Amino acid sequence: MSEPSALISVRNLKKYFPVTRGILLQRQVGAVKAVDDVSFDILRGETLGLVGESGCGKTTAGRTILQLYRPTSGSVRFNDVELTRQSRSALRELRADMQIIFQDPYASLNPRWTIARIVGEPLRVHHIGTAQQQRHRVEQLLDLVNLEKSFVNRYPHELSGGQRQRVGIARALASNPQFIVCDEPITALDVSIQAQVVNLLEALQDQLQLTYLFIAHDLSMVRHLCDRVAVMYLGSLVELAPRQPLYTNPLHPYTKALMAAVPLPDPVKTRARQRVHLQGELRSLTDLPSGCRFHPRCPLADAECRQATPKWQEVQPGHWAACHKACSQ
Amino acid sequence: MADRLLDVRDLRVEFKTLEGTVHAVNGVSFSVEPGRTLGIVGESGCGKSVSVLSVMRLIPQPPGRILSGQVQFDGRDLLSLSPAEMQQVRGKDLSMIFQDPMTSLNPVLTIGRQIGETMRVHKGLDEKQARQAAIELLDQVGIPNPSMRLDDYPHHFSGGMRQRVMIAMALSCSPKLLIADEPTTALDVTIQVQILDLVKELRDRLDMAVIWISHDLAVIAEIADRVAVMYSGYLVEEADVFELYRQPLHPYTLALLHSLPRLDTGELDKLAAIPGSPPDTTRLPAGCPFAPRCTCAIPRCRNENPPLAEVAPDHRAACWLDVLSGGAR
Repeated sequence: MSEPSALISVRNLKKYFPVTRGILLQRQVGAVKAVDDVSFDILRGETLGLVGESGCGKTTAGRTILQLYRPTSGSVRFNDVELTRQSRSALRELRADMQIIFQDPYASLNPRWTIARIVGEPLRVHHIGTAQQQRHRVEQLLDLVNLEKSFVNRYPHELSGGQRQRVGIARALASNPQFIVCDEPITALDVSIQAQVVNLLEALQDQLQLTYLFIAHDLSMVRHLCDRVAVMYLGSLVELAPRQPLYTNPLHPYTKALMAAVPLPDPVKTRARQRVHLQGELRSLTDLPSGCRFHPRCPLADAECRQATPKWQEVQPGHWAACHKACSQ
Repeated sequence: MADRLLDVRDLRVEFKTLEGTVHAVNGVSFSVEPGRTLGIVGESGCGKSVSVLSVMRLIPQPPGRILSGQVQFDGRDLLSLSPAEMQQVRGKDLSMIFQDPMTSLNPVLTIGRQIGETMRVHKGLDEKQARQAAIELLDQVGIPNPSMRLDDYPHHFSGGMRQRVMIAMALSCSPKLLIADEPTTALDVTIQVQILDLVKELRDRLDMAVIWISHDLAVIAEIADRVAVMYSGYLVEEADVFELYRQPLHPYTLALLHSLPRLDTGELDKLAAIPGSPPDTTRLPAGCPFAPRCTCAIPRCRNENPPLAEVAPDHRAACWLDVLSGGAR
C-alpha cells in the first residue's frame, strides 16, 4: 500500500487581523495574530483533528484554509492548486470541492428559507443539474443524513438542534465535496445527540471517501474521531501526531496539561489523577509573549524558552512538536 | 436523615407559553447535607436549572408557576416566606453562581462595589469594612493583587477570573449552601479544573454544602458526593456518586454513559448513540418520558410513568425494569 498523499498542504500560513484606532483617520496600532506561521498536511481520506482552547485561532485556521479569510501570507495547496493565488470566481468554483459545517446550527441556517432551498443552494450556485434533478438530489441528501423527505417544506425553527445540524451537513455534501471543515459541529448539541451526529459524520466519510478537518475542543471526542491530531496554542501549532502516540505519549507540556484537565466520567479514576495546574490564563493574541508562547504558563520554562521561539520539528516519525524541552529529550 | 440542610419535596413548576404549558419540573425531591455536594445532571430543558431557581425563588411568576412542593432550608419552608423574608436568606445563607459570569456581573460597577454590596446589605458593613472584606475574598478565590483589582470593571477580567469574582461574591456572607448552575460550561478545560478545585477547597474549608448543576457527566464525577439525574422534568435516578457510575440502574443514565467517547478506555468503532431526542415538555408522553428512546421499553412503560423507588440500598431509580437482568421489577 502506498503512503496516503496530502490533499491539502498548509505552509507558513499567517492570518493577522489589524487593530485600528481612530474613527475617521484609522491607523493600525497592532495586529491580532490569529494564525501565526502554521504548517501541516491533511492526508486524503483522513480526519485531522485541530484542538485548542477558545481564542487559540483554530476556527480562523479552518476558514483561512478555505480562503473564507484571505491569508496574510503563506500557502495553501489543495489537490496541487495554490488557493491563495486564485481569483474570487476561480475560488467559487473550487469551493464545490471544499465545504464547511458550522458550529451553531441555529445561526448558520437562514430562518426564512425552507430546508429544500437551504440544502439545494450549493446546487444552484454551482449549476449542478436541472431544477428537477436538483429537487431529486435534495431528497437524496436528506435521506443520506437520516432526515425524512417531508422535511423539504419545513423551516429551521421547526427542527431540533440535532436535525438542524443534519441539514447543515446535507448542505455541505450537496456539491459532492472531497474536503469538509467541521468547525465544532457538535459543541452546541445536547450530550445524547452528539453521538448521533458523530456516528453520521463517520458513516458519511466511509461512504463518500471524505477528508475532514475536525475543529474541536473536546479531546475525548477528537480521540474517538480523528486519525491524527494537531494541538494549537495562541495562534501556532505546538504538537501534531497520529492519535495513538499523541494520547499515550504527548510531548508538549501544553498537550499534557490539556489532557490532564479533561475530567473523566468515572469518579474513581478522575479523582485519582495527578493534576497539572497551569499558571495564569490564555494571553491575548495582540500581546504575545516573547520566545515560546506557552512559557508564562509552562512548568518547564527556563531562560531559553523566554528568549527563543522553539522550532516546529519532527521529533519522531510523524510526530511534530514545537518545544525546547520536549525536543531535546 | 436528620441533618438535612436543604430538603426539597415534590416540586412542580410549569410555565405558560404561547405554545402551551411547559411542564418544566414534575414532582422532584432531593436533599443536601451540610458540607456535601449534590450533582444534578441532565440535558438542556430537563428542568435542572428551573429546580434550583425555584429553591432560590427566582422563577419569574408569571409566566412561571410553582404548583406544589416544599423547600425546607435550615428549618424554614422557603416557598412560604414573604419576598422580604426571602431577601434575607438569598445572598446570605443561600448563594448562587451562574453559567455566564459576564452577563451576571454589572458592567458599569467596579467588582469591589459588587462584592461589597451583599456584605453591606446583610452584614451591615460600612464602605471601608466592605472594601477590606472584598480584598480578603478576592485573595481567597485566587485573584492576584486583590487590592489593585478591586477598582477594575468586569470587562477587565478574563472568563475564568470573572467566575472567581462571582464565587467571591457568592461566598461573601459565608453561605450554608452554594448553588452552582453550570459554572464551568463557558470556560476552557484548563480553567475549569482550577474552578473545580477552588470550589472543592472552599467547600471543605468552610463546611459549605454545594449543589452543582451540569450537563457533563465527567464534571459531576469529579465534584459530587451524590448525583441526581434528570430527564424532561423528572428525577430518574439518584445515588451516591461512586455507586451511580459503577452501576447505573436507569436506562437513560446507562445509555448516556455508554454514548460518551472517553479518554480512559479502549477505542470504540462506533459510539452507542441514543436514538431520537428528548420529548417536548409541552406534550409529555403518558408513560415514562424516556420510553420512546429506550431500547428495553415494555408496553407498561408507554402507559404508566414509573415512580422513583429504592431499587438498591440507598439507590433510587424510576424504571419498571431491572436493567441488570432485563426483566420487569
